[in-house]
Amino acid sequence: MNYHTPSNFSDASAIASSSKGKTRFLAGGTDVLVQMRSDIITPDDLIDVKKIQGVKDITKNKDGSWTLGIAVTGAEMSEHAEFKKAWPGLVEATDLIGSTQIQGRATIVGNLCNGSPAADSVPAQIAAGATVSIIGPSGERIVAVEDIPTGPSKTSLGKGELISAIHIPDRGKNAGDAYLRFIPRTEMDIAVVGCGVSLRLDNGIIAEARVALGAVAPTVLLVDECSKALIGTKLDETALKKLARAAENACNPINDKRGTIEFRTEVAGVLAVRTAKKAYDRAQGK
Amino acid sequence: MMNNMHVTAKVNGDEVEFLCDPRETLLDVLRDRLNLTGTKEGCGTGDCGACTVTVDDRLVCSCLMLGVEASGKSIGTIEGMAEEDTLHPLQKKFVEHAALQCGICTPGILVAAKNLLEKNPDPNEQQIRYWLAGNLCRCTGYDKIIRAVQDAAKEMREAS
Repeated sequence: MNYHTPSNFSDASAIASSSKGKTRFLAGGTDVLVQMRSDIITPDDLIDVKKIQGVKDITKNKDGSWTLGIAVTGAEMSEHAEFKKAWPGLVEATDLIGSTQIQGRATIVGNLCNGSPAADSVPAQIAAGATVSIIGPSGERIVAVEDIPTGPSKTSLGKGELISAIHIPDRGKNAGDAYLRFIPRTEMDIAVVGCGVSLRLDNGIIAEARVALGAVAPTVLLVDECSKALIGTKLDETALKKLARAAENACNPINDKRGTIEFRTEVAGVLAVRTAKKAYDRAQGK
Repeated sequence: MMNNMHVTAKVNGDEVEFLCDPRETLLDVLRDRLNLTGTKEGCGTGDCGACTVTVDDRLVCSCLMLGVEASGKSIGTIEGMAEEDTLHPLQKKFVEHAALQCGICTPGILVAAKNLLEKNPDPNEQQIRYWLAGNLCRCTGYDKIIRAVQDAAKEMREAS
């Protein structure tokens, strides 16, 4: 295995493009190292991106949006008071992943690129309307987070392509986000169902809504029908019922030891309601 | 096969140099190259926390970090905890409270608890339990560990 530490993204992309074998990018390593140690993957070229300038930065842009470097860890996000205030749901979702030790290394871009449908930070990223910059052999492009995962452990990134930054929009006024997951214990587990919601209100009425569900389909889902159930309402009982139905209808889960199809589907509806209430409270400044 | 790479880092405040295969984890390097066998391997997949060390004062599982990634970093292990023959208050309280049985998880728990008390000298029980949620102990049932950390924190607050 060749270990590379490129100093910029074009070099990182060039190494991956010209590799004749398996490549992996290394940021926090909390997935890649587990896969290497359990012989799921033995990369010929391992490309450590942490020596690239700016990868540890959390930047608030002039327009109020945020840019996070690809090696920013969960712990660093939780410790950033201003970012946490702007996007509490995204920070809480990230903070649910693993232990203190994992938080010291794990990154949300890694969580995205690992392609797990149960990745906790991904529904929150999608609800937030986050996009990523991708650098590859044919230049740079910006893609919505929901278009990255294509199936369990699969992404739409091509050979030689890597994410160079993640962008989170301006929080705006009267807006809030939240993420909740169901696990059968209180800590250190993988989501049976996860739900991220981000809302913006106009005079108390929901003007914009994004709802994402995790662990109920081969990829994390952005559910338009859930948004439709919420927009134009004050989150009344009718809206909540429609939201729950829309969330249940979007589910295409697996049966496994963590939960049956029926259980995951029902929990998706319940969680969507709870998460929407939490996001709504936050949007009202509660 | 890849040639070994040359790495310079700090371990417990001392400059160290080592050669390692890029596939070797920091845990392998600590134990097999630097003979610092206080850090233990439990699961080897980042679940149990037995291999916990600090890297630039941040807790990590040394089984989930490559040795080559330690280049230029400052690593803290259990060997850096006691000063000569004087145990750290946490170590002393673990002995007093019998907060260990087989001892495999103990170095990781001590390193993690020390890191917590540096950030928060007066954590409540819930904060300690969440902070140490990534350090599994199959012997003690955790209560003695929590009490030892609380008692050490108290002693350290009184001493400062």
